[in-house]
Amino acid sequence: MEGRSIDREWKKGSAELLLLSLLEAVPRHGYELGKLIERRSEGALRFHAASLYPLLYRLEKRGWIQGRWVEKSGQRRRRYYRLTAPGRKVLASQRQGWQTFVEAIGRIVGVENA
Amino acid sequence: MPDCSEQIRQQLAGLNLAPTREAEIVEELAQHAEDRYRELVSGGATEAEARRAALDEVGGHELLARELRAVEPADAPEPIVLGAGSKAHLLTGLGQDLRYGFRTLRKNPGFTAVAMLALALGIGANTAVFSVVNGVLLRPLAYPDAGRLLMIYETTAEFSQSSVAYLNFLDWRRESRSFADMATYRGDDLNFTGAGQPEQVSGEYVSASLFPVLGAAPFLGRGFLPEEDRQGAACAVILSYGFWKGRLGADPNVLGKPLTLNAVSCAVVGVLPQDFRFRENPRVYVPIEQWTSAELRTREEHPGLRVIGRLKPGATLEAAQAEIASIASALSRQYPKTNAGHGVKLVRMKDDIVGYIRPTLLLLVGAVGFVLIIACANVANLLLARATARQREFAIRAALGADRKRVVRQLLTESVLLSVGGATIGLLLARWGTSLVLAAAPGSVPRAGEIGIDPYVLLFTLAVSVATGVLFGLAPALHSANANAQESLKEGARGAGGGRHRAEGVFVAVEIGLAVILLAGAGLMIESLWRLWQVEPGFNTRNILTTKVALSPKVMASPPGIRLAYQQLLERVAAIPGAQSAAITSVVPLSENDVEIPFWPGTGPQPAQDRMTSAMFYIVTTDYLRVMQIPLRRGRFFTDRDDLGSPPVVVIDDVLARHVFPGQDPVGRQMSIMVVGPVQIAGVVGHVKHWGLDSDDTAKVRDQIYFPVMQVPDKFLSEAVAGLTLMLRTGLEPLSLVSAVRAQVAGPTQDQPIYAVRTMEQIIARSLAQRRFTMLVLIIFAGTALLLAAVGIYGVMSYAVTRRSHEIGIRTALGASRGEIVGLVLRQGMRLAAIGMAAGLVAALALTRFMAGLLYGVRPADPATLAAVTLLLGGIALLACYIPARRAAAVDAVVALRCE
Repeated sequence: MEGRSIDREWKKGSAELLLLSLLEAVPRHGYELGKLIERRSEGALRFHAASLYPLLYRLEKRGWIQGRWVEKSGQRRRRYYRLTAPGRKVLASQRQGWQTFVEAIGRIVGVENA
Repeated sequence: MPDCSEQIRQQLAGLNLAPTREAEIVEELAQHAEDRYRELVSGGATEAEARRAALDEVGGHELLARELRAVEPADAPEPIVLGAGSKAHLLTGLGQDLRYGFRTLRKNPGFTAVAMLALALGIGANTAVFSVVNGVLLRPLAYPDAGRLLMIYETTAEFSQSSVAYLNFLDWRRESRSFADMATYRGDDLNFTGAGQPEQVSGEYVSASLFPVLGAAPFLGRGFLPEEDRQGAACAVILSYGFWKGRLGADPNVLGKPLTLNAVSCAVVGVLPQDFRFRENPRVYVPIEQWTSAELRTREEHPGLRVIGRLKPGATLEAAQAEIASIASALSRQYPKTNAGHGVKLVRMKDDIVGYIRPTLLLLVGAVGFVLIIACANVANLLLARATARQREFAIRAALGADRKRVVRQLLTESVLLSVGGATIGLLLARWGTSLVLAAAPGSVPRAGEIGIDPYVLLFTLAVSVATGVLFGLAPALHSANANAQESLKEGARGAGGGRHRAEGVFVAVEIGLAVILLAGAGLMIESLWRLWQVEPGFNTRNILTTKVALSPKVMASPPGIRLAYQQLLERVAAIPGAQSAAITSVVPLSENDVEIPFWPGTGPQPAQDRMTSAMFYIVTTDYLRVMQIPLRRGRFFTDRDDLGSPPVVVIDDVLARHVFPGQDPVGRQMSIMVVGPVQIAGVVGHVKHWGLDSDDTAKVRDQIYFPVMQVPDKFLSEAVAGLTLMLRTGLEPLSLVSAVRAQVAGPTQDQPIYAVRTMEQIIARSLAQRRFTMLVLIIFAGTALLLAAVGIYGVMSYAVTRRSHEIGIRTALGASRGEIVGLVLRQGMRLAAIGMAAGLVAALALTRFMAGLLYGVRPADPATLAAVTLLLGGIALLACYIPARRAAAVDAVVALRCE
């Protein structure tokens, strides 16, 4: 189906926003993030681990998120990422930008269709 | 799911990531792969399919490496290996070591604080002692080319270093060829008038050559001209910087202005620079020829003149000594009456000033070295204990490829960091402690003003701190590096090697041994001082106020006026409420002043100089005996009837009586005193320990003669009364009477100042200042040593108890009582203490011999002192062991065993 294949560039541009949004409420580990994106987009978006983790490291390096090894009983330890205060600000502004972008696109695309 | 870490690692291989970072990424991705695998399997995929998919996700292609390359910085390929690397390599490693060291120390604030404190004490004490040694012994005197400055003394049968007769000095100076020049000087108080209240200022009569010999020049004006240093020349004066600034308001136009000194108008010709130092730093300098005393014109008398010479370049002390000696022997042939048997002695100026304190300072250098070793042993023990706790860390590092050298270097970096940190605190302690101790024992150390922290001291501290860092860090570092990685990892958190406990025991024993030595030294000094305080000085030292008095310049012109002025002054002072009796003396016992005069029994002609013996000579008033409470043995002391109208009399002490009139009653007999002439002995009094509580018994001149002020002939009187001291016995605290005394001495004309006010007890304390200084410093060191040793043994025993809690638990479970457990721990700790104390006692016996010269009334191997020291240290050690022992007894068997 045409509609289900979203362009790779789109994905890349919005990936940061997706990760930051998912970390807004609770800290999550990488696998969980990947699964959530896949599930909530109903399969439309899928992150390859080879892109997901480098992106997480990039965000961590920028100081927007912070990873921490957490050991839970009976499990291997996992690295959980949480949103930092600067990350929160970035998220707010990116979200705003995205909204504006989507509305702008929507107006153009909508007018053409109408 | 098989581990796919290896595949992931291969993917990352090209990135050259830091090993720790790489490990993290591998772990995270492997975890991801595992999660994916589980999910696929639970969703119905076969294990093989699931594995392939999972692997494909994390390690199947180049994407991961490509993406990571943009994010993760490459690092050096491997842990840095010391040795083969280039310089840059080494420095990178060092930076890493330092960063890591800082982090490790910060993570253990308790350990870091305790270790740094111990090191601060050790290094601080060493810095303090070095700053004293540097300022006093090492640094050259503050004159250019000071090594060529020599003091020249006369020697006689009685004095190995006598002051010099002025005429002899002039002959030496004229005839010597070894010296560029010579100078002489004599300190005296001068009466400064004409600027408000009359005031006594400390002055120095100097030959015009003094400043050129010292290599100093005034910063304002000029030095003395030779013609200003001639008999009958107009008086010139050179001012110290302090006097110019403090007394004359730093007047820039001071040159040529007159100052009235001892009623003579002197023109200011120069002001010395601020940093010029000389002797007790007199306030004004006047040419010696302005000193009007007749003593200057005779070879018979040696009125306190000192001679200093500057050697010509290339001349040696030995050659100069031989040359001056031959000049002196020519003089003694030429003037046999006055110079027979007189020789000369040359001493380097620096030795003259500081030589006497060298043994004391060297003793302190040794003692403070022990303190540092104790501190090092303490910190080494702490590090050993920590090294055990860090065993796993080192094992992991070794497993990751760090070699042994690398681990040792890391640990040494940490210990040097510790010691440099300790040294920084120690530097502050040293600065603060030095000034505190010097203030507590004033006058105990020469050149005290030159003691301070200079670049040499800083360099010393840095060197000591790095050296100690390596010293105390080496044993723990080697120990850790030797640990077997696999064993440690297997052993887990409980890991510990046997060697460490042996080393720990040795360190503690060494600490205790050294503490014994220091305590023994301090104990012997305390014992000496205590015995000195018990010495009877021959008079009652309590409640005596002493002050110098200067008579009004108006009365100084006439001898009868002087006598009357003294009489009235004494009457006024004795009437002060709280005063009991008052007297005047020319010399105060134990005050570092002394006047000797040759005498002979009978009334015959004066024998040759080398046939006479000298006695200490005191010119006093009638109540002197009552003020001092010196016992009268025979006859009588002076009365008001002993004046110029009656035959001259003296009172002698019982030492002279036994020495000159053995088995006879000297009262009523005649004797003759040089300058004074024949006198009759009116009485015999007890001996006064003039030379000091410790050294009077061994002094060469001990005979004492008292002479009444009122019988001093007119022509000597004005000179004899310059610088007399008023002695006042009080019923109250002596210093509480000072203002009343000042008011009464000032008299109706208000122009008679008092100065140099001290109590007799202060004078005695000052005479013991150097010993007190030594004692004080040794006590501080011994106290520090005791504290460190106690902390050391406590630490080791605490650790031992923790380590053995399992064993103790078993013992308790098997029925051992609390007492038995306490005994077990105490025995272990006290065995260490006993070994240390035994070794320390042996060493103390050997080492305290070197301080024999500083002791009084106690032998270096004093059994009582050593026993007391052993008991004290044993008690402290017992206490330090008892606390952990009690904790051991409180170990709950169930808890201890469950821990396993």
